[in-house]
Amino acid sequence: MTEAALRRRETVRRRRRLTTAQVRALRIAGWVLLAVLAVLPVLWVCFFAPTTGRYATTFGSAVHDPKDFLITVLNGVTAAGLYFVVASGFTLIFGLMRVVNMAHGAFFLLGGYVALSIQRRMVGEGGSFGLQSSQVNLTHWILPAIVGIAIVAASGLVMQQLLLRWTQGQDLRQALITIAISIILADQMLAHFGGVAKDIAWPRNFDTFTNLHVAGVVYTTTRLVILGIAVGIGLLLWLWLKRTRTGMVIRAGVDDRAMVSALGINIQLTFAIAFIVGSALAGLGGVIGGSFASLAPGVDANWLLYSLVVVIIGGMGSLGGAAIGSLLLGITTNFSAAYLPSSYTYYSIIFTFVLVAVVLAVRPLGLFGRPA
Amino acid sequence: MSRPRVNADRIVAVLALVLAVTAPLYLTTYWVGQLLTQMLFLGIAAASLIFLSAYGGMVSLAQVSIYGIAGFVLGNATTNGNTKGLNLGWSPWWGIVVGLVFAVVMALLFGALANRSVGIYFLMITLTYSVIANLFFGQVTDVSGFGGISGIPAPSAIGNVDVHTNRLYYVALVTALLVYALLRYLVRTPFGLTLQGVRDDPVRMASLGYNVPLHRTIAFAFAGFIAAIGGVLFVWWNGHIDPASIDLGATIDLLVIAVVGGLYRLEGAWVGALFFVVINNYSQRIGFIGPRFHTLIGAIFLVIVVVSPGGLVGLWERLVNLFSGTRRDPLELGPAEPSV
Repeated sequence: MTEAALRRRETVRRRRRLTTAQVRALRIAGWVLLAVLAVLPVLWVCFFAPTTGRYATTFGSAVHDPKDFLITVLNGVTAAGLYFVVASGFTLIFGLMRVVNMAHGAFFLLGGYVALSIQRRMVGEGGSFGLQSSQVNLTHWILPAIVGIAIVAASGLVMQQLLLRWTQGQDLRQALITIAISIILADQMLAHFGGVAKDIAWPRNFDTFTNLHVAGVVYTTTRLVILGIAVGIGLLLWLWLKRTRTGMVIRAGVDDRAMVSALGINIQLTFAIAFIVGSALAGLGGVIGGSFASLAPGVDANWLLYSLVVVIIGGMGSLGGAAIGSLLLGITTNFSAAYLPSSYTYYSIIFTFVLVAVVLAVRPLGLFGRPA
Repeated sequence: MSRPRVNADRIVAVLALVLAVTAPLYLTTYWVGQLLTQMLFLGIAAASLIFLSAYGGMVSLAQVSIYGIAGFVLGNATTNGNTKGLNLGWSPWWGIVVGLVFAVVMALLFGALANRSVGIYFLMITLTYSVIANLFFGQVTDVSGFGGISGIPAPSAIGNVDVHTNRLYYVALVTALLVYALLRYLVRTPFGLTLQGVRDDPVRMASLGYNVPLHRTIAFAFAGFIAAIGGVLFVWWNGHIDPASIDLGATIDLLVIAVVGGLYRLEGAWVGALFFVVINNYSQRIGFIGPRFHTLIGAIFLVIVVVSPGGLVGLWERLVNLFSGTRRDPLELGPAEPSV
């Protein structure tokens, strides 16, 4: 090769590659942009949100109205609790088996509807506004919940054994199979439970208010119950994964499935257990979500979205990631709904997208994600 | 590729083309104006999905949302009072330009954010886009709101689609043929070949000096452009668009069309669309199915995924190969069978 050609190639390379200093400058600029993106909303919420004028918000800044700020924080955290319950099941199944269970939202709805119909059968249909909490005691809530969870867990197991077990390793095909199941389930639920939104009644013990004695906040007990259940589930899952033999096998399976089964461990049994637990969590989420909000066709799509967003943010297959992802999502949705100027509140959905976008731009595998 | 198979394919293609061009002569207005036109634009949208999946290795669920973005932007730009949205009252031709440009810009953004993911990760991220787009148009009353935009006019050359059903049909037919030809051409260009290289071995392509994320982003934006064309035809045909047109159900319907048709052959898009549209219209007449169309289509989808991952086109190829006793040359460069 002639010297001229070599030199030409050299200049081409120089033109296409950035120098180290430039790369560093770009990287710093990126982080600064990110920091501004993160800090500006915090400043807005804490100090600048006005209560009057064109950009008036409902509550004003945190300094101006600490009580509603605290309530928004609590709303965010309790919503995060419910997101966590649902998404932890999704991430457990995905982490171990690489199965994206697109029927997770449908399982959520199924759990809710089963509990609802059992509760109505136990207590009665209630008045024209449905069942009231005053007619329902603790058993009338817990028993339907258990049945709902059990039925969803069984459905998950059946789906896994019949359809997913022999397609292992074929990621996309499995995702398509679960999509097919979700289409059928959603349509059948529409046929059996109708298109009108219904909700499960909380037991009367929960449907009260609790005085937190902080800044005069009186908070709904049901949301605190949700938070309690979520924390309990998180602790149980953590203990199960860290302290028991099954949990140990699951953690090993997340890292290297082939090696685990080569060591003579019955990985199929572990898969079945993980699928039962993951689906049961969707069912539990459905019971809580159906009591907290309502059950209707289309709700399954929303909860599939929440699960996806949580695991995309937190990193697929990571329990800690699911917790952090739920918190970020809960805080983001609640604060954007409460602290956007009143005439723009409906733009709050954009912030969910921004959250996903920022995390993907910085960490494509999510905050706690590891390459498969 | 062996001779007999090509011949069988060609005969079917010519036959399909002749049947499509002469359809208004022997089919009812309902068939042409409703079923076939719908088949054509759904096929265009599904072709964008199949293009991404077969040549880029990315199964996208965001195609319906991009199709919807084009439709909503067109609706906002061209309507004139009496409906939700911005009612800008521009000419329908400007509406097309603005709709397509906006959709492609969004597709570039979506693609740029997802370009380091493939396979099911990509599926999940694009599903997120899709649900978010649906919620956005449902909530933001400035541009649409729950009820959507009505009375979106088609250009005067097409006129009222209920009166001149054939005009929109032929416009859609020509567009579909152009889209098909464009995609067939694109996959043979250096860009298309590189894209297939990226699909098969991104690490090797990166070490050869190709910018893998950039290729994925551009492919995604291009597929967004194709999907947006489908969206424009959809709003002309329907005259109305609302968030339910792009909800999770619609997203999954398009995936069903692509998978039932065949995820690795572009022709599958229109085969799947025809199948879907016909089943959708006629299943209600079958007594025991009645309004449970989605249970039926879900079951068909399940059977196709379990039995023939190549979809109906895959079944057809197997049939032809069975009779001619040949198989596809495995070394030939072409669309990959989906890694399912």
